[in-house]
Amino acid sequence: MTASETRYETAAPMARTAKSKRSPFQAAHLFVLPYVVFLLAFGVGPGIYALLVSFSKTVGGRPQLFQAGLSNYVTAFTDFRFGSTIENMLQFLLIAIPMGIIGVLLLSLLLHERKNWFSTTMRTIYFVPGAVAGPALVLIAIFMFDPNVSPFDGLLRDVLGYEQVREIVRERNFPLLFAIIAFFGGAGGWIAIFYGALNGISNEIVEAAIIDGCNNLQLALRIKMPLIRPYIAYMLILTFAGNVQLFAEPQLIGRAPGSTVSAYWSPNQLGYAFAFELGNFGAAAALSMLLLVIGIVGAFIIIRATNLFRTEAGGD
Amino acid sequence: MTIHVLDLTSKRQNPVERLYQRLLGNMSLSEFVLWLLVLIAFGLFFGLPLIWLLLAPSKLDNELLSLPPLSFGSFDNYIRAWNNLNVYDDGALVRWGLNSLFYTLTSLIISVAISVPAGYALATAKFAGRRVILWTTLITMILPGSALVLPLFLEMNAVRLVNTPWSVILPAAFFPFGVYLAFIYFANFLPNDLLSAGRVDGCSEWQLFRYIGLPLARTLLGLLAFLSFTANWNSYFLPFVMLNNSELFNLPLGLKALMAGTSAINPTFATDLPIKRPEAALTGLLMVLPVAIVFIFSQRYVISGALTGGIKE
Repeated sequence: MTASETRYETAAPMARTAKSKRSPFQAAHLFVLPYVVFLLAFGVGPGIYALLVSFSKTVGGRPQLFQAGLSNYVTAFTDFRFGSTIENMLQFLLIAIPMGIIGVLLLSLLLHERKNWFSTTMRTIYFVPGAVAGPALVLIAIFMFDPNVSPFDGLLRDVLGYEQVREIVRERNFPLLFAIIAFFGGAGGWIAIFYGALNGISNEIVEAAIIDGCNNLQLALRIKMPLIRPYIAYMLILTFAGNVQLFAEPQLIGRAPGSTVSAYWSPNQLGYAFAFELGNFGAAAALSMLLLVIGIVGAFIIIRATNLFRTEAGGD
Repeated sequence: MTIHVLDLTSKRQNPVERLYQRLLGNMSLSEFVLWLLVLIAFGLFFGLPLIWLLLAPSKLDNELLSLPPLSFGSFDNYIRAWNNLNVYDDGALVRWGLNSLFYTLTSLIISVAISVPAGYALATAKFAGRRVILWTTLITMILPGSALVLPLFLEMNAVRLVNTPWSVILPAAFFPFGVYLAFIYFANFLPNDLLSAGRVDGCSEWQLFRYIGLPLARTLLGLLAFLSFTANWNSYFLPFVMLNNSELFNLPLGLKALMAGTSAINPTFATDLPIKRPEAALTGLLMVLPVAIVFIFSQRYVISGALTGGIKE
């Protein structure tokens, strides 16, 4: 054994352990640092801040932490508009979520039945309205619900018997209308995602099922659907979180000719009113906390019920 | 010999039968018709509103009522509607469009620059705080974002950024979903052996990311850019709360101002402005068109991106 060989044999492992133990550790921290700053400043920070404000009162323009006790919550939850905003949101969720999940599942399974130019074209047509959101979406919706200008005038007039947009755009119909609007703008993206997930199912599984005598319906419901379950759970969580925060739709749809709408239709609108019309940031923060809690509880119920993050937790 | 016979029979099948076979596959005729009808019906549901939007500015306001909904008026009317729109607030529409572009692209660049390295590190290295960051990311990702808008306003107010572009750009650049996607992507598609090999060859951690991680992440970058762009292009509640100077509005806020302050969608609203339904439709079209074009070309990123969510069989 020569001297140089010895040096090589001892030095190399030392250098390697030093690198793999120390430098990746430091580098990884540098890689995540900017994100952690944003996470604290725009995610965790505002959440904690809202929590603090919700228990604070303002005296002479200066916030007094923890001086309000639960009074902000009492103010928000006993407001005469609070009950109806929650009721409106629940009605909307009860329609929008089943409509979204069933519609997206149905369409992605149907599209996946055949891969040809027709299904590809249809998939693209479903996908493109995802480009529309917020005021533009409400604008289009108002036109679509107006029998006088809508391309669906035949359906609205002859089948459903509506003559004027104000007969359709009225508060009683809002949960359904908002659900239709949400489906129009949101379904295509999820269809593409579900479609991608369906593509990931191995052919062997499908062929085995066909040999075992599965018909198309059984194949879709018993084989394909369970295999894309994580995506279904994921859509449930995100549409739930998205739907809880309805704001632009109820704020703007009342602009339709002849229709009226309460300025406080959704909890989010009420929160906005507390903050910017009444200057009561404490009560607004209490409402924010309520929405956050609803969002977190809803997400965790769905995660627990579907084992959504099993793979990630397992990979830890 | 048997093969030869089989060959002959398949050739004898007449073309109509073969076409029939190809169309129907394993479906019965009634199943096939139902399949076709359902897909076409939804095709109309998703397709007609946008086609209508494309055609509406080609007509005058009264023509929207008198002509068939999907008819085409004339090209001149697009220009007329555009000129009418520019009367509003001294050409505010162009300013709003530029604002939208500026906010959206700046947020996009910052968010991608932040989330890709973060997702990479979370997927490839085990370091102190990793679990906390992952869980916090998952939680912030599924929160109703607008619940944070009011506290964000207070925060921005405290640092005197309210009513500046940064009050919209910075919160929008926080993109936990992007970090999560990047994490999943690198965890699934970047073999650790590859990184180990690079380390043995003397690559620094930055070089590993630059020359191994990033080149593998092209699909991911496309998907992230797409998601960030579409989310922020249509951003409404955040700028609505943060900005009250109409000079700073983005297009969604501008459209809201148009809808509220003119007879854009409500013909009974009394105003002297020449902004009526065709002008409103044109504004909507100008907002939708850029994203719609991006959408048509990025569908494959979304579809292939779904696989990064990884059904592990």
